[in-house]
Amino acid sequence: MKKELGIFVLLIVLCVIVSIKEPNFLLAINLQNLARQIGAFGIFSIGLGLVIITGGIELSVGSMMALLGVLMSMMLTEWHIGVVPAILLCILVAMMLSLTHGLLITRINMQPFIVTLCGLLFYRGLARFISNDETKGFGTVAGLDFLRFLANGNLFKIPMPFVLLILISIIAWVALHRSVYGRYLFAAGRNVEAARYAGINTRAIITTAYVVAGALTAISAIIIAFYTNSVSPANHGNAYELYGIAAAVLGGCSLRGGEGSVVGILIGTALIQVLRNLVNLLGIPSSLDLAVMGAVILIGVMADQILTERRNRRQIASMREATASGTPASK
Amino acid sequence: MATRASRNDQTRTNTGGQGRPPLQLLMSTSTPILEMTGISKRFPGVVALDQVSLTVDSAEVVALIGENGAGKSTLMKILGGAINPDSGQICIDGTEVDIRSPREASAFGIEFIHQELSVLDNLDVAANIFLRREPTKAGFLKLIDRKRIHQEADELLRKLGLDISSRTPLGRLPLAHQQLVEIARSLSAGARIIIMDEPTSSLTLTETRRLLEIVRELKGDGVSVIYISHRLHEVEEIADRTVVLRDGKNAGTIERSELTHDVMVRKMVGRDLNEMFKTETTPPQKTTGDGFVVNGLRTQRYPHHSISFTVARGEVLGFAGLVGAGRSEVARSIFGVDEPIAASISLAGRTLQIKTSKDAISHGVYLVPEDRRATGLIVDFNVRENITLPNLLNYSTGKIISSTRETAAAVQAVKSINIKTPSPEMRAANLSGGNQQKVVLARWLACTPKVLIFDEPTRGIDVGAKAEIYGLIRRLANDGVSVIVISSEMEEVLGISDRIAVMHEGRITGILERSQFTEEAVMYLATGSEG
Repeated sequence: MKKELGIFVLLIVLCVIVSIKEPNFLLAINLQNLARQIGAFGIFSIGLGLVIITGGIELSVGSMMALLGVLMSMMLTEWHIGVVPAILLCILVAMMLSLTHGLLITRINMQPFIVTLCGLLFYRGLARFISNDETKGFGTVAGLDFLRFLANGNLFKIPMPFVLLILISIIAWVALHRSVYGRYLFAAGRNVEAARYAGINTRAIITTAYVVAGALTAISAIIIAFYTNSVSPANHGNAYELYGIAAAVLGGCSLRGGEGSVVGILIGTALIQVLRNLVNLLGIPSSLDLAVMGAVILIGVMADQILTERRNRRQIASMREATASGTPASK
Repeated sequence: MATRASRNDQTRTNTGGQGRPPLQLLMSTSTPILEMTGISKRFPGVVALDQVSLTVDSAEVVALIGENGAGKSTLMKILGGAINPDSGQICIDGTEVDIRSPREASAFGIEFIHQELSVLDNLDVAANIFLRREPTKAGFLKLIDRKRIHQEADELLRKLGLDISSRTPLGRLPLAHQQLVEIARSLSAGARIIIMDEPTSSLTLTETRRLLEIVRELKGDGVSVIYISHRLHEVEEIADRTVVLRDGKNAGTIERSELTHDVMVRKMVGRDLNEMFKTETTPPQKTTGDGFVVNGLRTQRYPHHSISFTVARGEVLGFAGLVGAGRSEVARSIFGVDEPIAASISLAGRTLQIKTSKDAISHGVYLVPEDRRATGLIVDFNVRENITLPNLLNYSTGKIISSTRETAAAVQAVKSINIKTPSPEMRAANLSGGNQQKVVLARWLACTPKVLIFDEPTRGIDVGAKAEIYGLIRRLANDGVSVIVISSEMEEVLGISDRIAVMHEGRITGILERSQFTEEAVMYLATGSEG
């Protein structure tokens, strides 16, 4: 809880500073825009967070988004598949691809970094190949109102992607923090051997995390494709996995696994989107936006690390005192 | 300090670095080479060492014995610079010194050969021998003098009678040879005192003989050896003097002339062993077909040997043997965390299909593994989460954990076997070894065991918690559970078991009935003689 609190304070401080320097930050249209982006990025970030909690990593998110975006466009505009089957197919493809990742990682013991790095390269290439490297859009195909509404619409003035994110977060929160599956996921992420000795089917648990991440990536991919309304296969979704990883890490997920929370990931995502927004609003040269983001993430994680170390040292010191004064801390 | 910094550039000989008095001079004086006096060390919750003293003369083999947890390792870690004492004095050649790191210990000529070897198996033998002391060529690049490194390494290996090339990757050598490489490393570092911590625990009988010979040769070369061992026969054979520790205190020193097995045991134990184990025992109900039967089990490590045994309901079957005899592999294969090559396992006449630990657990077959921090527990989880992990579904409704039911179960488990923790929300890492072990046990007690396998149940646990664990094991047996206890502690396996299966290199070399229980009989079988 403490971890989330720290990052939450950082988020609030940042928002206050930006709104003082640039009151336009608080305009409804800006906030709506911000919420829409938090929604689109938050959904796949939660999936990435699950994978990170297993002690793994998923680098192929951005490329997979390009592939799914291209597929979505081709299914709807070229192959004339209905909207619902297209959505389902899109999610199914993503789940199958991530299932492959999960199986390679848990069955053949390949390293997650390698498996998903290959995914990153492979899906990008595949996206460019099947689209002939041409930018794909959704043209004037009828019947896409629902999808456009998902990406660009509002529900009581709240952007739909944000609404979806909240729904998904609630489910994810229950799954991660209240369900048996969540406990097993943390156990497997913390100590896969000990989890196995407790009778947990760690392979299935970890693989499931990748599959869920794939499904969430697909939902984000559909929203983002309709939000940008065009998919250029060479750079659509470029580096999005890094935004997700940054959000998860800022939110308290440890790349060692076994640590993290849904609330943390949400705050992390919000922080990153506020940063992108801030670069725009404050007129910081847009060429600098990645640098700003890098610096803030570094400072955030560093501060957290330093505070944690200090807290640990204080704990050890108090334990020492307790022993020195003759009251054993534990025996 | 300056001398140490320049060590890298200096030519080294086998007998020591610069800045030390020549050996002859040392031997002619009566000052002991090492004198540790009044060493005390407390850890949170335990006094590990209380005013302990130890003296070593040059060219002397001093055996350090004591039960697990007596403080031998702590004392040696202090000498090796791995931990700092709270109080006490260490003198080398009569001068008080302050050893703050293994590097400093090494500069004083103290080398530590750990039970779990600290070699780098990705590098070759020579690289291991000269690690951190690589001789370099002239020039600012400081390239490693590969020619010299191999020449000197080969010479050392020959001296130790090891017929291998210094270019062999260490990972390809058997454990016994890796250990000799460590000894070579110590010698090349100019060791005057070599600490050997349970050096023979994973060696075969022949390898052990060879090692003891080398210890004698080292002694002949003027090197002192501190020899930590549970194998009293080795101690009898090799020690010039034997220092006994008990519960963190000196429990006496035995000179060579008075050194007998009985004297050692009496000083080590210092209390009547039988009392510790004796609890009301009901004879095992040996109704045939009612127990746990393992037939033709072949493990991945020893695929050519098949293991068969039975454990009646209410019986405690001990598993004795040397480290590496394959006992843990048997346990893990039964429990399904290792996939056996072949196995036929049945309980109460019913064949069990065990492919994963999940299967074993569903049949009521549980394992308390040997390394509780790595496999027994998730140390970052709290006590409650650790206890409920394997049967979480019992405390859940539709896969959602009921926090009240879970907490209630944890509180009850903590109380029932007296786990000393401020609350079930305490991180398991903060508990003492004994209480951690009880957490692992509590987890299985909560799911009504039929067969419970303990692998080294009291390793690294203080005496009080040990007695409690023994009590629990006996209580389980009395409740009709088939219990298997793997233990490398002779007293433990003799005290707790109804029968003892002894293993050697993947085979059961004999099963002893209570009337046949002697340390000698177990040792005889454990070293590979068929019973």
